[in-house]
Amino acid sequence: MNKITKYVLYDIIRNRFVMGYTLLLLAISMSFFSFESDPNKGLLSLLNIILMVVPLVSIIFSTIHFYNSYEFIELMSAQPLSRKAIFLSEYMGVATSLSLAFLVGVGLPTLAFGGGESSLILIMSGFLLTLSFVSLAFLASVITRDKAKGIGLALVIWFYFSLVYDGLVLSILFSFNDYPLEKAMLVLTALNPTDLARIMVLMKMDISALMGFTGAVFQDFFSTNYGLLVAMFILMSWVVLPITIACRIFQRKDL
Amino acid sequence: MKQIITDLIPFNLFNPLHLWAIFFVFSLPIQAKTWEISPKNSLKQVIIQANAYDTLLIKKGLYRTGNIIIDKPLTLIGQHYPVLDIQFKNEIFTVTSSDVIIKGIEFRNVGMTSMIDWAAIKVLEASNVQIINNRIRNCYFGIYLSASDHCLVQGNDIEGNPKEEQNTGNGIHAWKCDSILIQRNHTQGHRDGIYFEFVTNSTIQHNDSQGNIRYGLHFMFSHNNGYFYNHFHKNGAGVAVMYTKFVTMKHNVFEQNWGGAAYGLLLKDISDSHIEQNMFKTNTVGVYMEGCSRSVFTKNQFIENGYALRVQANCDDNSLTYNNFRGNTFDVATNGEVVLNRVSHNYWDKYEGYDLNRDGIGDVPFRPVSLYATVIERIPQAMMLLRSFTVSLLDRIEKIIPTLTPEGMKDEKPLLKPLKL
Repeated sequence: MNKITKYVLYDIIRNRFVMGYTLLLLAISMSFFSFESDPNKGLLSLLNIILMVVPLVSIIFSTIHFYNSYEFIELMSAQPLSRKAIFLSEYMGVATSLSLAFLVGVGLPTLAFGGGESSLILIMSGFLLTLSFVSLAFLASVITRDKAKGIGLALVIWFYFSLVYDGLVLSILFSFNDYPLEKAMLVLTALNPTDLARIMVLMKMDISALMGFTGAVFQDFFSTNYGLLVAMFILMSWVVLPITIACRIFQRKDL
Repeated sequence: MKQIITDLIPFNLFNPLHLWAIFFVFSLPIQAKTWEISPKNSLKQVIIQANAYDTLLIKKGLYRTGNIIIDKPLTLIGQHYPVLDIQFKNEIFTVTSSDVIIKGIEFRNVGMTSMIDWAAIKVLEASNVQIINNRIRNCYFGIYLSASDHCLVQGNDIEGNPKEEQNTGNGIHAWKCDSILIQRNHTQGHRDGIYFEFVTNSTIQHNDSQGNIRYGLHFMFSHNNGYFYNHFHKNGAGVAVMYTKFVTMKHNVFEQNWGGAAYGLLLKDISDSHIEQNMFKTNTVGVYMEGCSRSVFTKNQFIENGYALRVQANCDDNSLTYNNFRGNTFDVATNGEVVLNRVSHNYWDKYEGYDLNRDGIGDVPFRPVSLYATVIERIPQAMMLLRSFTVSLLDRIEKIIPTLTPEGMKDEKPLLKPLKL
């Protein structure tokens, strides 16, 4: 299993895409921190980029990579290896390379310029966001054999979590605004990894005061270690659940 | 006729004898004695023995005293800050006479009661009392002026030890006073830094009020007062002013009042007032206005606030001109459709218009109320979507085709460059 992961990693590093991604993230974070005198504001601007770019790149790159290495996967399946091992090593390879890119591109500058609890949460949630979108990409890729369809599905997933979901939340709020929705909001947040990551970071910044009662409810939840653990756990289940389902589909699939 | 008038006046000024009598009476203060007090003497005894207009020099040292009533015009001067400690038993000075001067003394440990507002220095129904350069530490109320006029409170350094809101007193408290001057004081760690109720014709300037658990400045029913060059920061709920007419606030700084219920400046039922050249920086809400009328906001700076302005729809006839708005999350929020205020010639950093004739004024109006701010006013829970991509997208669309934001809330003549203030 480790051997396959190593091969996948070599393969990814050779095609230079991940290197470019790392440099892009590095350039973005460096410019934000040098433009803004206040590191907190740099962090906020960076948050917007992380919530858009990181999921998009993670999901698209992983999907394309999966389809491109389909022949390799077929070859490996011919060997005396379990499908689970092949699939998970493939996942490990892609996830490791992308999260390394994120940690170098965003993590290092953030720790150097920002520091503090909010930067740690930002790095942590960006890291988990990368992992979860890679696993969503793998789910999208095993559902269909057609490359174009797979990439389309991946895009739809990204589109849904970054845009459509928030629109849906807004319409839910409009229709049910006579009811106390604070607790429901917490649940709705948990159902979208990008929202969860965003709220977790915002709560660690003093901006939470702006959010009024909703903010207070969120603050009560996320400021305690218990709440933070729960949030991390939910974000992790956004990593584990899609990949488990994908793995199951892959095991039964006719390649 | 003339005879009747001279009969009515007890002294005839033209009678030399009577004139001498008047001179004698008025020259008495010049013969006033100076008492020197060290911790061995009883301050209370000396005050009882002293005559009106005597001077008491209090030497350096620790004085454990009880309540001291100053019922005659005395000048009390501390040398190198003598400490008056009452060990939480009572209040320290109760001034019931006019023309008292208290200078350079440190007051400590005034206790808390719920029946009487014990204070380090309390002035009751007196005028011309001067309280200068004192230090007040760990007291329930600091300086308490009640029904007094023409008093001066200057250069005092007041620091409390805050507990809950209901058992912490105010730093400088004035009730039913007239023509008082409060300047260059520092208040910290009290309930309200400076508190006024029914105070008129007074000036409050160059004070520094920070870290108070409720408001930095709080006044109600206090008409015709002026507030200049004060600095209010990091107070529990900022500054709140209510039910007052003819207020002038100039050159004040309101900053870092950050929290769920914190405002830089909360104005409730304020009318005919001038808020000019103030700085509102990093507050959750820069200025919150409710029921305000005919007030003028000009040349203020709103920088990096959550909301720069929250104007309730029941505010009318206010004008908002020549202000700078920079780096605020929301520039203006309002809760209704109707806008009865005049907004023009402000600088908004979010303005994206153009200026064809290059007169420095944008050719298209600026709408400071964003769609998202309007949504939040209706559905506060929508705050969950703060800083999400969807929200910025919606704001963009609304900017191009305004539908939901109040039509009247716009700056017809936005400035392209920030004002130099």
